[in-house]
Amino acid sequence: MCTAASKACSTAAAVARPLLQIERLTKRFGGVVPTDAVSFGIAADEFHAIIGPNGAGKTTLISLLSGEITPQGGTIWFDGSNITSLPVHRRSRLGIARSFQITSLFRDFTALDNVALAVQAHRGHSFRFWRDARSEHELRQPALATLARVGLAERAGMRVDKLSHGEYRQLEIAMALASAPRLLLLDEPMAGLGPEESAAMVQMLRKLKGTVTILLIEHDMQAVFALADRVTVLVYGRIIASGDPAAIRQDAAVRQAYLGES
Amino acid sequence: MLYFIEQCLNGVQLGMLLFLLAAGLTLVFGIMDLVNLAHGSLYMLGAYFAATFALVTGSFVLAVVLAVAASLFAGMVLEVVAIRRLYGRDHLDHVLGTFGLLLFFNDFVRLIWGPAGMTVPLPQPMLTAIEIMPGIFYPAYRLVIIAATLAVAALLYIVVMRTRLGMLIRAGAANRQMVGALGINIKLLYTLVFGVGAALAGLAGVLQAPILTVQIGMGENILILAFVVIIIGGIGSIRGAFVAAVGVGFIDTVGRAFLPDLLHRVLSTTAADTLAPSLSSMSIYMLMAAILVFRPEGLFPAASR
Amino acid sequence: MTASLEPVVKPALDAAPGAGLTPRTALTAVLLAILALLPLYAGLTGDPFALTLFTRVIILALGAVSLNLIMGYGGMVSFGHAAYLGIGGYAVGILAKEGIGSGFAQWPAAIAASALYALVVGALSLRTRGVYFIMITLAFAQMIYYVAIGLERYGGDDGLTIYRRSQFGGLIDLNNKTLFYYLCFALLLASIYLVSRIVNSRFGLVVRGARSNERRMRAIGFPTFRYKLVCFVIAGALCGLAGALLANHTNFISPALMHWTRSGDLIVMVVLGGLGTPFGPLIGAVAFLLLQEGLSRLTEYPDLILGPVLLLVAIYVHGGIEGLLDGRRRG
Repeated sequence: MCTAASKACSTAAAVARPLLQIERLTKRFGGVVPTDAVSFGIAADEFHAIIGPNGAGKTTLISLLSGEITPQGGTIWFDGSNITSLPVHRRSRLGIARSFQITSLFRDFTALDNVALAVQAHRGHSFRFWRDARSEHELRQPALATLARVGLAERAGMRVDKLSHGEYRQLEIAMALASAPRLLLLDEPMAGLGPEESAAMVQMLRKLKGTVTILLIEHDMQAVFALADRVTVLVYGRIIASGDPAAIRQDAAVRQAYLGES
Repeated sequence: MLYFIEQCLNGVQLGMLLFLLAAGLTLVFGIMDLVNLAHGSLYMLGAYFAATFALVTGSFVLAVVLAVAASLFAGMVLEVVAIRRLYGRDHLDHVLGTFGLLLFFNDFVRLIWGPAGMTVPLPQPMLTAIEIMPGIFYPAYRLVIIAATLAVAALLYIVVMRTRLGMLIRAGAANRQMVGALGINIKLLYTLVFGVGAALAGLAGVLQAPILTVQIGMGENILILAFVVIIIGGIGSIRGAFVAAVGVGFIDTVGRAFLPDLLHRVLSTTAADTLAPSLSSMSIYMLMAAILVFRPEGLFPAASR
Repeated sequence: MTASLEPVVKPALDAAPGAGLTPRTALTAVLLAILALLPLYAGLTGDPFALTLFTRVIILALGAVSLNLIMGYGGMVSFGHAAYLGIGGYAVGILAKEGIGSGFAQWPAAIAASALYALVVGALSLRTRGVYFIMITLAFAQMIYYVAIGLERYGGDDGLTIYRRSQFGGLIDLNNKTLFYYLCFALLLASIYLVSRIVNSRFGLVVRGARSNERRMRAIGFPTFRYKLVCFVIAGALCGLAGALLANHTNFISPALMHWTRSGDLIVMVVLGGLGTPFGPLIGAVAFLLLQEGLSRLTEYPDLILGPVLLLVAIYVHGGIEGLLDGRRRG
């Protein structure tokens, strides 16, 4: 475990054979530096949480990992390959899926349609112009199964703009899961959820744990410490601590950073 | 050589007219986020106003002043009556609505002024050619156009960069809601901005009237050139509009003047004859396409959008 | 597991919206019946004008159907679609003038030329979005308009007369107005059917998804650009066919057909009829052209009324005529 005191903190926390490895990733927006030479690694099937106060650069990090933003410096390695210059859709094809902090779905389609599209993206090419895609069992079946996995099976036929907020968050996860990803980037999946819904979400995430590599950004500390194998703390674009949850909980610098927060 | 200089100046002059049109268009888009296909109609109205006022008053200068004032007024009325109901909508709604206005104004002008075009006579002094350099003569009026537009451009720059109003305009372009929240009368600001845009378009129509045309539908073709200008210059940027307008005016004029010659040297006569007119008119669109490949946001993209 | 999900699966798979008799369906059915029977009416009353007018309506409706594919379903507001009417028409005209009168050569050429232009324009324009896209497609259409004006051999500004309609070697005589009408009608219906299959196919869902939320589409793994480009090309090709039909209909083609304001007419038709609906473009074309025709009989200044009508539709009605029929109003 590294702390702010140890000099090795901002550099790569050593992980044997990481699935995801980031080295000195840097992003600047004008005068702001949301990602400042960040380095860390995540092992396969690990459940890794990133926490930090608001404005720490967590969503920027996810966007850098998913490919929506290009970094000014640094490298991203996924399963041994350098993916730093790959566009978003290529990374998705490699097995990196993300959920969005602010719900981002296809509102004029049904929940099933939404997930089926995510399945479709990974099932061969889509230059098919004749057959009704909604009749394709090989798309609808896995989509339905994914919806069931997140607890939305009964809502399959419902138009997205008629769903509740909690159901949106569930659907966000379903979209990411639909492509059977190897790395799941979850950006505050519990944003805006009440206590019951949060508990249900934690249950669902617990079931996912170990079956897929997960990078979770969350403010909900209970969830984080219940689920994570390792926790990294990001403050103003820099890692100030990284290690197992218990140790992070006790770290002085971390407590200071969170004074009054969470 | 003389011919080349003359064409260069003509190019600059066209650029000035395009700048006046583009400035209004880009202002309205930058601040109200509105695509106005009827902008060419305001240009047309300016020309018709000038023709009428020249007829009535007998004075060219007075006609110009009155026509610009009338354009400003017409723009503000149009904004209050119709344009403001389109704010915040899909751009498709803007396109549909202002297209309707374009159709309306064509028939409106035909109703008031009749189907035949009009003319605006120039006072004698303006018709003379001035010796701008030893041995090089250029029509005085075209120099007036260039000078007048440069003056307007300078005025615009001062207002937008150095006054409170200009600051509001720039702030409004960057963050609409914030300016509204500050208690500034947004409605009035928008009406004013639209009116100024209309006045600029009207001025362009007025200035070109004596040497080019006053007829129904005259705004439709030059409007597209103005669009090309703001695409190249960057939507929302007046500075970009200026640079791009001069560039487009220059390339279009010089291209049309010299491309046929160039083609004749390189190709056979028939080939050159067939291709020359089409290629000349294509030149600015090729420029636009080339710029889009490297900078899809234009040369000086406004920070906000 | 599967059995218990059946009641959920069935409604989810049943994607047909608005089943049953709605005002929209009723109107469409009536309209189709009228159009199918029109030549009979024209024959009975001996009024050739109705046939001429409605042939034009149908051809332009075909153009609107192609625009609806990219605009209504794909969200790409192309203000340069009339260019393809012109390119298709000029393909027919130019080949006719050069002695190639066979429709079997002319019509594929019209489609291919339009597809090619759409490929170039799309490749450059689809890298932009929103207002930029509108203006750029506008500019490229205007460019081809000027190119046509510059083609002096083919009439330039005055246009080109096409003395003989496309020959199909005895298969069908396009000079027979009734036959030509039914051919156009058949092609229109076929294209509406084609578009409806496309928009529900895998390809169509990608394009519609890109309209709904392009960011998400990329995030789930779709390279949206190439899908939108192909869609753009298909629409251009289809409109090129309409252009070939139009050239045959009027025995004439001129650059005026490609002026950007004609693209505006097409957009109006699509919006009036209801974006992203299968029969919307037809309804819109009928409404717009009949309105134009009616107003010009009523007054010498039809646009004084038509213009404000369009403005009012833009301001107050969401979803065009469909919206009126469904009772939707803007808040």
